Amino acid sequence: MLELEQLQVLTGGEAAAHAMRQIDPDVVPIYPITPQTPIIQGFAKFVADGRASGELVDVESEHSAMSAAVGAALAGARTITATSSQGLALMAEIVYIAAAMRAPIVMAVGNRALSGPINIHADHSDSMLVRDSGVVQLFVENAQEAYDFMVMAPRIAEHPDVLLPVFVGQDGFTITHSAEPVALLPDAEVKTFVGEYGVPFPLLDLNRVTSQGPFAMPDSYFELRVALADAQAAAASVLDEVLAEFAAMSGRSYEALESYRLEDATHAIVVMGSSAGTVKDVVDELREEGQAVGALQIRCFRPFPTERTAEALRGVTDVAVLDRADSPGGRPPLYAEIAGLAPSVRSHVYGLGGRDLHPEHVRAVFAGEAPHYVGLRGSS
Amino acid sequence: MTHPGGIVLRDEAEQPETGGWRTGVKPQVDLSKCVNCLLCWLYCPDSAVLIDGATFTGFDLRYCKGCELCAEACPVGAISMVEEEPGA
Repeated sequence: MLELEQLQVLTGGEAAAHAMRQIDPDVVPIYPITPQTPIIQGFAKFVADGRASGELVDVESEHSAMSAAVGAALAGARTITATSSQGLALMAEIVYIAAAMRAPIVMAVGNRALSGPINIHADHSDSMLVRDSGVVQLFVENAQEAYDFMVMAPRIAEHPDVLLPVFVGQDGFTITHSAEPVALLPDAEVKTFVGEYGVPFPLLDLNRVTSQGPFAMPDSYFELRVALADAQAAAASVLDEVLAEFAAMSGRSYEALESYRLEDATHAIVVMGSSAGTVKDVVDELREEGQAVGALQIRCFRPFPTERTAEALRGVTDVAVLDRADSPGGRPPLYAEIAGLAPSVRSHVYGLGGRDLHPEHVRAVFAGEAPHYVGLRGSS
Repeated sequence: MTHPGGIVLRDEAEQPETGGWRTGVKPQVDLSKCVNCLLCWLYCPDSAVLIDGATFTGFDLRYCKGCELCAEACPVGAISMVEEEPGA
């Protein structure tokens, strides 16, 4: 279906920047941090070259970037920001507030390990820091998905039943800095797809003055938190609608979760992010060798597709969950979602701080021969 | 809670009359001295100073807590604090 001339060689960061150029948000408050920087550097160049008209706001920290994003989004401006690791940690306070104030901000996240020790490479610990904030969390596999999900993100965020920040997480360096063929959609199609921005009560509507972010006492706080949970639940069906509409436009189909050769599988690995590609390759090899193995890739971590995960894993007798974040002293976050959804669910943690996951690691996990921490030096 | 994020529309907001917190003094103006500098309006922490365009017109005692900032701010001595029954 794709013509070769439609393809460009782009990194995930550049692909996300192109999505931003085509969405052309009104306001982009930003603070640089590796490995997110190529995203906003790319977009800033588009603005400098006159190819995008958004207002770049250079702030003094990520806390300020997210605060400016909340104000802009609620004022009535389509708003995108981007960050990684310590930047997301510094934003975290305001990420919670953005979700609670129902500010539909799009966040491009270059997933990177949290300090300490300080590190700049990929894992999902930064995203998991805001797991319970109320933001919609999407994890992509490659540069194409980084572009596609950025194009879809405003539609999910701004849906009147959702009105939540949506973040698109791409693994730092592995995706943000790795060039691969990416098919961009025509500018006009993206413009039509994302449509006009709107929030129900823009702060700048002087004909209908509002107070936003009010103090909530014990008589109302609980209800507002449950309203946030309801919005997350609504995001699940909105995501499905947007994915279907995107597929009709682009010819590229995605689901909140992808079952890969699971139909008759007895052994399965559940995984998120760029490592899903490695796992699927190993599934293909093992299938050639006659093994009944499959993979389940989670693209939407919040809202988590619990029922569909259970359905996808039906008949699988041995499930191994690969987490790229740890919860010292407790269950790693992806495993915590999946434990109990199949008769046997094993937990593995891999790839912290950018440690590579090799095909032989995946084979060892399928074989039940890998330790809990996969790829740890000094272990098999 | 009908609006996302607990947003409150002005027309739907409760309007508690905080002037009930006054404890014995209220502002009084001598309009013949007023020069319409509007410093009292700027300094009032509770929107208790009423203006019409750029003209001072008086106080809205429903919201005045008797803090005396207006009297302090007035450069021409047009505002003085007078005693009243607490809670009046």
